[in-house]
Amino acid sequence: MSRPGFVLEVDERTPPILFHHGENFRLEKLPLGSRVVYGPDPLPGIGDVDAAIEHALLNPLGMEPLPSLLRPGMRLTIAFDDISLPLPQMRTPDIRGRIIEHVLRHAARAGVDDVRLYVANSLHRRMTAAEIKRAVGERVFRSFWPDALQNHDAEDRDNLAYLGKTEHGEDVEINKHAAESDLLVYVNINLVSMDGGHKSVAVGLGSYRSVKPHHNVETMLQSKSYMDPRHSALHRSCDRMGKIVEKTVKIFHIETTLNNRAFGAPFEFLQKREWEWTLKDQAAYFAAKRANDRTPVKTRRAMFHKIAAPYGLTGIAAGDVDEVHTVTLERVHRQQIVEVDGQADVLVAGLPYIGPYNVNSIMNPILAVCEGLGYFFNMYRGKPLVRQGGVMIMFHPVRNEFHSLHHPSYIDFFEQVLSVSTDPETIQAKFEQQFAEDEWYRHLYRTGYAYHGVHPFYMWYWASHAMAHLGDVIYVGGDRSTVARLGFRSATTLADALDMASETAGRSPRITAMRTPPLWLAEVR
Amino acid sequence: MTLSLEIYRSVPRYLAARAVGGKLPGMLAGPVAALRLVHRSEPVIDRPGWARITPRLSGVCGSDLTTIAGRSSFYFTALVSMPFVPGHEVVGDLLEACEDLAAGTRVVLDPVLACAARGVEPACEPCARGERGLCERVTGGHLGAGLQTGYCDDTGGGWSQMLTAHRSQLHTIPDGMSDEDAVMVEPLACAIHAVRRANVPRDADVLVAGAGTVGLLTTLALKAETEAARVIVVAKHKHQADLAREFGADEIVSPDQALGSIRRSTGAFRLHPERSGPFLLGGVDVAFDAAGSKSTLDLALRSTKARGTVVLAGMPAKADLTPAWFRELTLTGAYSGAGCFADAIEMAAGNNVGRLVGAAYPLERWREAIDHALEAGRLGTVKVVFKPEGPRALKSGGVQ
Repeated sequence: MSRPGFVLEVDERTPPILFHHGENFRLEKLPLGSRVVYGPDPLPGIGDVDAAIEHALLNPLGMEPLPSLLRPGMRLTIAFDDISLPLPQMRTPDIRGRIIEHVLRHAARAGVDDVRLYVANSLHRRMTAAEIKRAVGERVFRSFWPDALQNHDAEDRDNLAYLGKTEHGEDVEINKHAAESDLLVYVNINLVSMDGGHKSVAVGLGSYRSVKPHHNVETMLQSKSYMDPRHSALHRSCDRMGKIVEKTVKIFHIETTLNNRAFGAPFEFLQKREWEWTLKDQAAYFAAKRANDRTPVKTRRAMFHKIAAPYGLTGIAAGDVDEVHTVTLERVHRQQIVEVDGQADVLVAGLPYIGPYNVNSIMNPILAVCEGLGYFFNMYRGKPLVRQGGVMIMFHPVRNEFHSLHHPSYIDFFEQVLSVSTDPETIQAKFEQQFAEDEWYRHLYRTGYAYHGVHPFYMWYWASHAMAHLGDVIYVGGDRSTVARLGFRSATTLADALDMASETAGRSPRITAMRTPPLWLAEVR
Repeated sequence: MTLSLEIYRSVPRYLAARAVGGKLPGMLAGPVAALRLVHRSEPVIDRPGWARITPRLSGVCGSDLTTIAGRSSFYFTALVSMPFVPGHEVVGDLLEACEDLAAGTRVVLDPVLACAARGVEPACEPCARGERGLCERVTGGHLGAGLQTGYCDDTGGGWSQMLTAHRSQLHTIPDGMSDEDAVMVEPLACAIHAVRRANVPRDADVLVAGAGTVGLLTTLALKAETEAARVIVVAKHKHQADLAREFGADEIVSPDQALGSIRRSTGAFRLHPERSGPFLLGGVDVAFDAAGSKSTLDLALRSTKARGTVVLAGMPAKADLTPAWFRELTLTGAYSGAGCFADAIEMAAGNNVGRLVGAAYPLERWREAIDHALEAGRLGTVKVVFKPEGPRALKSGGVQ
């Protein structure tokens, strides 16, 4: 039986709390009375994964079993989530590959010849051949790559189909091959409650034209939070678009949920509550910390990105998008929900080395903002963990460092856009179109491994709700001039940061610390 | 005798300046440069149309500093006569009447020593056309070699208490114009000439690489004389960026961000060759190298679109000309301001260009002045000038 998440109140006996700090960790002594939120223990994984997959395909929700949807001569498209999920990458075999194997087996039995697979990478960077091979497995890769297994290209005008507008005037445009298929099978990994549902196809196989209606400041400010689909304008927009997509193509939607076991040996201590660290855990921490401190950042980064998580599959559901997603959200919540009483004046979080958009890459300053003010801040249902006008303190080095291959437009965003304004609405009005339609970024997105030119804007918009909500944002250990360019403040130590926060939050603030991993979602009452 | 700063021939100093000048600019004003303060005979040319001038202000130009640092091309050795007194940006007073100009008249100097000044008859073809800046007899006539005043032993130069000039070189200036505005007329005339040489098309994207005197005045001339859609100025220092904005720049970028910014503004493609800097496919229509350094010329060449124009507005450094070949660029030289002085005087009067003058030194403090000029950008200065205290003409016609 897994233990639920809980909230610890710091007293004299509480040991220092572990926080991520980019490609490093730190132990921090929190002020007495601070609250530390711990996620639930990992739920047990399903023992026989193949049987669970097969059961889901043969007993779908709100749809006929997969075999009855397959027939000779039909056109079948299989799309699957890209490298942004899960985080860290899972140990092989990847659940996407296992599911795709099952789907392909059924397709072969039914005599389906016209099969094409797409990475639903939307405006994210293309996955490399090695990354795709890792996700789909060697056999699928060998059989389909590169002609029938490809990255989706959101700028390939010849392979985009315009499906119309929603009742709210949102343009819907998706991958043409998928839209013209007799059946579209989507294979998802639902790491957090933001993922999945109609967002998978509408966004994953969409174009800038169809992502723009909901990836904007106005929508983000009305998504409180975007981790809570019931109160998310982003998800309402995706749902409307999904209905348009469903009128065009039949979707057999497969969603999976994983437990939160993100780190195995030798980093198991990251998952454990500090007072439960064994001697071995303590030794592992100190050894890892010492080695880390003496290792160059590049080496550290390469090492961390090689970590593969020993996730367990907690559920798989297939069939109708809405029905499947309802079940999936219940499973995600069962693993991640922690009840928290009341909001804090100061929210403290450690930002890890990895986020959805820097797998095998660098968490640049823009991504560090998105990670903290986008993802961590929005990990709530009900009310934010921190009150309106409160302060968020984050641990991250925020180096002025970018991956020129993956994030070229981020460099220009940092240098050009942020030097003019850090206000999301101003940035959106003044610069978004220029970056989105820049031929050079298009070229790099289509032929290299670059995120789309508009992507850094979305990262900034992702943080707009937090920016509007918070009174102050402080990065502990952040590069001073880089953090200043972002429009925030930096502090050397947590004590300094709390001192600085007192200008906004008062001398005796209520402090809540987010202890991750494991990942959790706060139900704030 | 007249107090003058003189550049003289010294191989050891030339070599020393060349060796250490780039790394230790402070040494140039110390023991290294072949520059000295001397008492020279008064420059007198006893021919019609010549008169002595006592400078009020005389600017330190980038080309002067290049010469002092031993970085000039050997090309120039045939165009100067040693030893010479530098200084070709001059506002001063006539010590005696010069044809139609009375003694005491305040004038600015067009430094080109062309056929008329040299007494060459008939004038060479460019001079006959009125293009004195292209004179083909700059080593001929009754004067020693010297492409301009400030490079000719016979005429003296502005870094002294007295020089001599020909009527064809003199332009009167309005009474209300300050000496600071007036000393900027010559570089402004050069900037206007450079802009006219570029034939900037309507709605063009224009790059000005460098925001020193030449860059700022080129920006001013571009906004006044062309219908360019956008003028992008590369400024290294904050005060340069502020002035560029005041002079009408549409976009100001730092050197390390210039190529990226031009790429964004023009929608060009950026390529990264091996063992070389990046370049653009596409870019601006016209680029001005306004600093004459390798980096600014490289930037201009690498960020100009195919069949675009690169204007050498400063004395150029060596650069990789491959883009000029591959992109079929037009390389345009723009050497002097001859023919643009009337417009420059008018433009100077209306735009307070004298604000670029950041420091004025007496000749005796020449080491500080050169030091200051070499580090002008870092010290927040654009133009350093000398303020020689020479004799003045009396209204009665004598000399004080």
